[in-house]
Amino acid sequence: MSDVADRVKKIVVEHLGVEEDKVTENASFIDDLGADSLDTVELVMAFEEEFGIEIPDDAAETIQTFGDAVKFITEAS
Amino acid sequence: MFDLTGKTALITGASGGIGGEIAKALHGAGATVGLSGTREAPLQELAAELGERAVVLPCNLSDPAAVEALPKQAAEAMGGVDILVNNAGITRDNLFMRMSDDEWQSVLDVNLTAAMKLSKGVLRGMMKARWGRIVNITSVVGATGNPGQGNYAAAKAGLVGMSKSLAYEVASRGITVNAVAPGFIATAMTDKLNDEQKAKINAQIPAGRMGQPEEIAAAVLYLASPEAAYVTGATLHVNGGMAML
Repeated sequence: MSDVADRVKKIVVEHLGVEEDKVTENASFIDDLGADSLDTVELVMAFEEEFGIEIPDDAAETIQTFGDAVKFITEAS
Repeated sequence: MFDLTGKTALITGASGGIGGEIAKALHGAGATVGLSGTREAPLQELAAELGERAVVLPCNLSDPAAVEALPKQAAEAMGGVDILVNNAGITRDNLFMRMSDDEWQSVLDVNLTAAMKLSKGVLRGMMKARWGRIVNITSVVGATGNPGQGNYAAAKAGLVGMSKSLAYEVASRGITVNAVAPGFIATAMTDKLNDEQKAKINAQIPAGRMGQPEEIAAAVLYLASPEAAYVTGATLHVNGGMAML
């Protein structure tokens, strides 16, 4: 697993308080990991800080799963 | 009673009568205050009067770029924004049938849209801190309406709806969003009225007098305090009984 994926996973596990093995490629933050919509906003904020990138609101809305996040951040950083 | 030591507060319209008293009250409780307003001279005067823990942040809220920049400037100057008081407001009264698009839009821009943008700008820090207070200064006319103030009343009623919606969204993060609705308050704005007009107004107020800016500031101080953590989405009416809502 890439370094980006590891760091994203760590943030998701810490923020949502879920087991690491639940955070799979297609795991949806809201449907599978118990996040509410505000949690997803906070996750995006945390990603921005961890990776020093800006995620615009319209892009943030497309990040629904762990895989989406890793893909977006890999491309952006 | 209320201790805001270590907290930072951004107050818009701090050059005005009510805003200035709000700044003094929060500062008096120990907060560091960011004084924002269009006119810099009265802000500098107030900052000098307060001494330590006061910074001047001039901003014209009808300039969208300036509104965008203010939360950042405030956070840089004070190390964060724990408390936001959207107090700035303008009036451009006219009979509804004579009201121009510009009179409508300029009042909506400053009184409602700027409050939305500033709230959005400070929320990030509040979410991270798991603590925040937003207090929007609305008006009794937002609830009762007032002839000649269709634009102002719409903006002030809009602030209440915005406060409640936002209050829902961020309550779980330790952030409260409330409104304070002043009635007639003795300020430069009401000084312009003649004695007859004043007597007429006072006759409608059960308390028999206009309110003082300090009486609004006290309500804001309460809502900004740690003690008010369980109060959110509320509108505190401070109007001498003029409208019991």
